[in-house]
Amino acid sequence: MNKVVKNVEEALTGVESGMTLMLGGFGLCGIPENSIAQLVKMKVKDLTCISNNAGVDDFGLGLLLQEKQIKKMISSYVGENAEFERQMLSGELEVDLIPQGSLAERCRAGGAGIPAFFTPSGFGTEVAEGKEVRVFNGKPHILESALTADFAIVKAWKGDTEGNLVFKATACNFNPMMAMAGKITIAEVEELVPAGELDPNFIHTPGIFVQRIFKGEKFEKRIEQRTVRPKK
Amino acid sequence: MALDKIGIAKRIAQELRDGWYVNLGIGIPTLVANYIPEGIEVEFQSENGVLGMGPFPFEGEEDADLINAGKQTITTLKGAAFFDSATSFAMIRGQHVQLTVLGAMEVSQNGDIANWKIPGKMVKGMGGAMDLVASAENIIVAMMHSNREGESKILKTCSLPLTGVGCVKKVVTELAVMEIKDNKFYLLERAPGVTVEEIISKTEGDLVVPDFVPEMKL
Repeated sequence: MNKVVKNVEEALTGVESGMTLMLGGFGLCGIPENSIAQLVKMKVKDLTCISNNAGVDDFGLGLLLQEKQIKKMISSYVGENAEFERQMLSGELEVDLIPQGSLAERCRAGGAGIPAFFTPSGFGTEVAEGKEVRVFNGKPHILESALTADFAIVKAWKGDTEGNLVFKATACNFNPMMAMAGKITIAEVEELVPAGELDPNFIHTPGIFVQRIFKGEKFEKRIEQRTVRPKK
Repeated sequence: MALDKIGIAKRIAQELRDGWYVNLGIGIPTLVANYIPEGIEVEFQSENGVLGMGPFPFEGEEDADLINAGKQTITTLKGAAFFDSATSFAMIRGQHVQLTVLGAMEVSQNGDIANWKIPGKMVKGMGGAMDLVASAENIIVAMMHSNREGESKILKTCSLPLTGVGCVKKVVTELAVMEIKDNKFYLLERAPGVTVEEIISKTEGDLVVPDFVPEMKL
């Protein structure tokens, strides 16, 4: 089945104000940067964004924050964004901080038809407030619910016309689980190839989870913390 | 003399055992990778999706797609593997990672740890810390004994919002190595030249001090 759309405009058709979006990436690594730029252009507002991080002030989801397009963030770590912190402390932005492993598993569960699960992460902390606790094997666990989204927007290294995806290195991160959990999943890829060119043995996300795929126009791939050692 | 950050990292590195998979947190814990004892093999896991993490890349060889959980550019060693975030935390929650080393703002004598939030002040989020401390069999905390105001961070009860309960087994500070059991801190070693009296005076929690407290060997 051909999932190819011609560009980012067509890919994001149907995204409206007030919707819940999942966006892949860890820090600035593996984020759907073309789609984020398009969301800024579309001026959609009151978004609920599920994403591990919130970008930096002038890149990634930080661009949507600057334009005040986000109503609520569901994330695990938002430490690199001053505008985020300002909006959160002033109460303009609603924020749900959840443990990273629970965030990943809640997305996976959402895509896998599991409505909720018990995890030890967060027991005894404010994350557990209001949540059911049960003891398994002598250890307390809390009930966490699945997450889904109107649109999941992911970024892959390579994709084919069927929507099969391959990620590169640590740019994989949350993308596969979010691809599973979107009612409509949009994949932006660096390389788009005809069906049959990707080895089926090495597909990370099978095309069944992807509804729309396009080749991103350009990828800046900004580095957040450039750490190097001198050449000998 | 009290240890510097490198000293703390060197002391923690002595806790590594052959064949372990290890997750190192941001800050002092990251430095532990530089002091692996000779003759043992350990592999470093980073929760953003890599096993077999290597040193920082040579200048000009950075890859935006290859970072650690601190968002720093890294390299991989032979035999490395990449995976998604759900698989990564399956390794952590499923106790396939043998040791977690992380920093803390406060630790209490029942093994509680606080390291993610100062109400009204610092809102960054817990990242993977809550998952790591909830499940790791073996958690070592690398931290300073007191805060900038000179107040002890080794406490009877944590005052900050918790990251995990009853999970910390060992604490290494610039002054001492302490074990946590039976709702007390046990002083195991002191930093070279640091007196037991100084450690006692800077520890708010209940501290069990044996007759002889050896100096750390670094």
